[in-house]
Amino acid sequence: MELTRRNAILLGGAALLMAGLPFRANAATEDAIAAFTGGAEVGEGDIKLTAPEIAENGNTVPIEVSSDTAVEILVLATGNPTPGVANFKFGKLAAARAASTRIRLAGTQDVVAIAKLEDGSFVQATSAVKVTIGGCGG
Amino acid sequence: MASGVKPRVKVPKKASAGEAVTIKTLISHKMESGQRKDKEGNTIPRSIINRFTCDFNGENVVDVTMEPAISTNPYFEFQATVPEAGEFKFTWYDDDGSVYEETKSIAVG
Repeated sequence: MELTRRNAILLGGAALLMAGLPFRANAATEDAIAAFTGGAEVGEGDIKLTAPEIAENGNTVPIEVSSDTAVEILVLATGNPTPGVANFKFGKLAAARAASTRIRLAGTQDVVAIAKLEDGSFVQATSAVKVTIGGCGG
Repeated sequence: MASGVKPRVKVPKKASAGEAVTIKTLISHKMESGQRKDKEGNTIPRSIINRFTCDFNGENVVDVTMEPAISTNPYFEFQATVPEAGEFKFTWYDDDGSVYEETKSIAVG
């Protein structure tokens, strides 16, 4: 193909479009969720996941999870090479079932938090994060 | 091997009994994810801190297991109840087997 100005612009546009597409939730994420819940149904409810809508730098994305009745919260990044992020277990002296940290995201994707509640049920919250510069090297 | 690992913790010096205090922790660690490659194209092996715990007088506050997706210099912020005067103990477990500890005492009054 002759590389004319018009073609170059088209190519650039196509590349941008590809880069902007969110990573697909993969089988590894589903496996991680199944391992955590033991196959139990995951509902909606008492869980809050705070993440920025747009993260300029995927190397440090601040997130916060909170849930009033959780004993354990699992955080997953569905588009990372490995979806696992962290698992927070709250002990007797945890005043609030909440924690914040900074995570790495390889690209634009959904971040998922799943909480195991005191009654043994599971709830989930999802937050889409748009990443301008990815954070998993390569 | 991780070098230059230094834990830093922010805990209030005083609290009233039963009060919830906010704790901020940071440990300088390069948290090599195992995904990056060096100049020759070889994968740099994973080297991260894989677990962090906080206890107060032997009672657990939080226990966090970490994956490579935690950022360089892992930072955590959470809240703890202070039932009596005592000591917070923070422990970080490194992939290479090292364990880093930090303690902070808190007075009740």
